[in-house]
Amino acid sequence: MVKKFNYRPAWIFILLIIGSGIIFSIGFSANSKPGNADTIKPAVKDTTPAKTDFSSHKNAAENEKCLKCHGQSKYTYENSESKKIATKKMYAELIIDRTIFYISNHREFKCTDCHSEDYVTFPHVGNLRMEAKPNCLDCHGGDEKYAKFHFENIEKEFMESIHSEKHSEDFTCWMCHNPHTYKINARSNENIKQTIVYDNAICLGCHGNLSNYQLLTDKTNPNLLKKHEWLPNQALHFKSVRCIECHTKKINDSTLVAHKILPKSKAVKNCTECHSSNSVLMAALYKYQLKEVRSAQGFFTSIFASDSYAIGANRNFYLNMLSLVIVGCVIIGIVFHTILRVIK
Amino acid sequence: MSEEKIYLYPRWVRLWHMMNAVFCLFLIITGVSMQFSNPKVPLIRFDLAVSVHNIFGILLIINYLFFFIANLFTWNGKYYKIEFRGFYQRVMAQFRYYTRGIFKGEHPPFPITKARKFNPLQQFSYVLVMYIMVPVMVISGLGLLYPNVIPTQLWGLSGLHITDLLHILAGFVISLFMFVHVYFCTIGKTPVSNFISMLTGYHEPH
Repeated sequence: MVKKFNYRPAWIFILLIIGSGIIFSIGFSANSKPGNADTIKPAVKDTTPAKTDFSSHKNAAENEKCLKCHGQSKYTYENSESKKIATKKMYAELIIDRTIFYISNHREFKCTDCHSEDYVTFPHVGNLRMEAKPNCLDCHGGDEKYAKFHFENIEKEFMESIHSEKHSEDFTCWMCHNPHTYKINARSNENIKQTIVYDNAICLGCHGNLSNYQLLTDKTNPNLLKKHEWLPNQALHFKSVRCIECHTKKINDSTLVAHKILPKSKAVKNCTECHSSNSVLMAALYKYQLKEVRSAQGFFTSIFASDSYAIGANRNFYLNMLSLVIVGCVIIGIVFHTILRVIK
Repeated sequence: MSEEKIYLYPRWVRLWHMMNAVFCLFLIITGVSMQFSNPKVPLIRFDLAVSVHNIFGILLIINYLFFFIANLFTWNGKYYKIEFRGFYQRVMAQFRYYTRGIFKGEHPPFPITKARKFNPLQQFSYVLVMYIMVPVMVISGLGLLYPNVIPTQLWGLSGLHITDLLHILAGFVISLFMFVHVYFCTIGKTPVSNFISMLTGYHEPH
């Protein structure tokens, strides 16, 4: 069949291969740039310009009394006996990063709003470390100002969670929500990828960090990659959804983020819980974004502009109807043609 | 073997075509199952549908590359080369035959010969499917298989969404093509003669 070797198609073939290689390289490099989902850091660290002047915050001057020691890795004081200046390392857990604290939700607080006034004296009195720390409800409970956050429902969900059941009162709100760094995210950040990284970092704070994990147990933390081996496209799932999507159950729809952490045996393992028109993601991860982006950009733009995407869940009613009509017309056409051929 | 019969489909074309048909059927069924997944009435279990779709997708790509390269270097590729001068008129003449002439017992305007395997309407639809829709399908499918290569944003829209939309659109057109293709195969000397041709390689003119 081959008459003679034609070089032209060979060139076309080589150009196609090179062209597709270039397109894929561009796509790959575009996704490898800092700021994309692969390399993204929690929103609080990533989006804030390095600010060194915090004087606009009403308690900044007052807080500096504490932060001059607790704001860096070392502190100095005069030894009252030897009268010499001593420099010591600050215990890492007690360092408060000003740049993070002053963009956190509690940025306008005084240190002594939550900590004892007695901390103003140095050296601190030993038994101060025994002071009871307030929990979220101590300030946020029963306050109209915070009603939209439904703290009471959050507490109810938390009390039924495996964290609370297993560790009782040892497991406090602060285990996940550091009061010095916590910044509301799911409700205010339109970038879903950043919300995912931020929220998953909370879980990984213990489940991916042995020393934190062992604060409440003597066991070693499980290898999360191995435990989730069954999950198809594991890396993509980890980047695209939060741990809590599968590991929580919402009791009350009013809370934006579910706090009832389920035991591992009850975690979602059925793909269609997310990959279906009735996807649980629509009521959780995508809930805020769908509402906000849709109202800002209109329905059609929001469908393609949003980061929310899951096979089987992103269905468009109108496109579905159109496809059914086209398929219907084709079938009717074929049947009609067949009948005419038979009776011709 | 009758003298009228033309050897039109060499062994490699028949083998490629048969595999293409099987792979496409698996891909359409698993694709529909994923797109319209329902926890209460699953057509195919979701994770199983994903795995089968991925495997047959790769097989289809290999099969397509074979077809593409073979068409570049063998005579079979010439059948797909459209002569644009007067093409519209020829397509319309064939369309007229399918919608009117066929019912009056007219002879087809472009009977199949060794030099012309496809009539103009076939040529148009096969080129559309094999050289536009399947490549779109393959490239978007590879993008969905390796989502890290898809730019997160394309013209301000989600890259993943656009890729998915292209994949589903191409899948829809190819699925429709398969419906119509199978039906038109019944328009032969007998309703089954064209199907037999794809097994024996010999076309029976009518």
